[in-house]
Amino acid sequence: MANYYQPEIETASREEILAIQNEKIVKQVKHVYENVKYYRDLMDAKGVKPEDIKSVDDIKKLPFLSKADLREAYPYGLLGTDLKNCVRIQSTSGTTGKRVVAFYTQHDIDLWEECCARAIVAAGGTNEDVCQVCYGYGLFTGGPGLNGGSHKVGCLTLPMSSGNTDRQIQFMMDLNATILCCTPSYAAYIGETLAEQGYKPEDNKLKAGIFGAEPWTEEMRRSIEKSLGIKAYDIYGLTETSGPGVAFECCAQSGMHINEDHFYAEIIDPDTGEVLPEGSKGELVFTSLDKEAFPLLRYRTRDICVLTREKCACGRTHVKMSKPMGRSDDMMIIRGVNVFPSQIETVLLNEGYTPNYQIVVDRVNNSDTLDIYVELLPDQFSDIVAENQKKERSLEIAMRTMLGIGPKVHLVPPHSIVRSEGKAVRVIDKRKLHD
Amino acid sequence: MAIQQISVFLENKEGRLAETVQKISQAGVNIRALCVADTRDFGILRLITSDNAKVKAALSDSGAVIPTDVIAAKMDDTAGALSGILQILADAKINIEYMYAFTGAADLGAYVVLRVDNTPAAETILKAAGVSTLSDADVAAM
Repeated sequence: MANYYQPEIETASREEILAIQNEKIVKQVKHVYENVKYYRDLMDAKGVKPEDIKSVDDIKKLPFLSKADLREAYPYGLLGTDLKNCVRIQSTSGTTGKRVVAFYTQHDIDLWEECCARAIVAAGGTNEDVCQVCYGYGLFTGGPGLNGGSHKVGCLTLPMSSGNTDRQIQFMMDLNATILCCTPSYAAYIGETLAEQGYKPEDNKLKAGIFGAEPWTEEMRRSIEKSLGIKAYDIYGLTETSGPGVAFECCAQSGMHINEDHFYAEIIDPDTGEVLPEGSKGELVFTSLDKEAFPLLRYRTRDICVLTREKCACGRTHVKMSKPMGRSDDMMIIRGVNVFPSQIETVLLNEGYTPNYQIVVDRVNNSDTLDIYVELLPDQFSDIVAENQKKERSLEIAMRTMLGIGPKVHLVPPHSIVRSEGKAVRVIDKRKLHD
Repeated sequence: MAIQQISVFLENKEGRLAETVQKISQAGVNIRALCVADTRDFGILRLITSDNAKVKAALSDSGAVIPTDVIAAKMDDTAGALSGILQILADAKINIEYMYAFTGAADLGAYVVLRVDNTPAAETILKAAGVSTLSDADVAAM
């Protein structure tokens, strides 16, 4: 089964892709050098001139950009064109105090939506599908990106935005939605709510889901696929590079193809900045090859993953990135041990619990505490106190084995953890309040 | 005969109990007996009501609600009556997970609600010892 939105590009030979990239990078570096003073200063400081960049092999000579640069250049410092050529902004949530505002020309919007269209078609989407988009619409890139992609494919688009789960389910059932686009945690929540309302997985018409904007595990994929009766595909992107669709999963479900005609990917050693060979684990860095308004070169994503050019069963030739193994931001250091929320999620799903959890880290008497709140499904709860406590103890043991440190597990009733209708608040680190 | 108790799993937070009981009252259901177990993280509200179906419907969106089989045994309202029932169960090696007591509004009889590890065995033994127990129909008619 192979479905392509733009077969000539998606299955182009390695040489053809390189030729496209080489042509674009020369133009792009010149464009950035001439129009973005902030980056020109970085290049000058490093002694790199646009003429030094003749092909993608020369990208490694360019300076990196990081989130700190984006903050410093906020809001217009990295703008690559006159504002009169821009038609849109999108922005990150800024929950960590690092709001990013990205600008788009119509050309930038079109290429972003095309990338999303490739993702939808790869998930089996055609103009006969009904695509329910319940990512947030507005500043968040999730809703606008998938909405635009869905239009390009010609799906009947349900622009639901996030939240109001009863209404989501009503439209899903009444209008026979076949493709669901949202965060994985919200997909899991919709699955649970459908079951609570008495629906079986086969009662809906969904065939595929395109889930992203949050880290999620293979266990979570299997759990969502089972609860909704679908195939679940990962999609990747950042506001800094455009939004969802920078990379997407195909029918092989074994990594995400990066849209290499628009985005050049490198893996670097996060400590030294050195480019690592294919197959190495390291930090993902993107260079946008043809965006006009917000043309970031060598942007460090802080996502740790692996790139592979192994032949893919779907026939696409674009490089694949593994699911990010965790963003350096997500990692918590608790009592000196590195802990990722994805490890906790893996334990919960393996032990038969829901992926609805919240991690609270605090510091009491100069020692870190780790509390994990886990929602029970109604049939997992017992009227006998000791039975529930036994479940807590056995989860604590499983967590200690996985994490290397012992958390306190708290079982809580269904729906008591605040829901992510945009993104899940998985971690509350109260230590930051004390420091 | 066993009767159905409704067990509700509640967050250990101010207002949760009030909210839950209010929903039951709005459904027009009378609570015959209740018992609350509190732990560090959650409370368990156990209820014997005049209409369990209505309670389940009223609480459907507020967390976990599960039905549990319990025994409601009638006692003489005299010293030693409860002790006698507990001894019968102890002799039969039946473990009591928890229990609570209430008074029947109409007959002013004393009742003990027993949650045991083996409900059918407990019923048989109590019946053989001449202890009468309530049915769901009895509770509804109370």
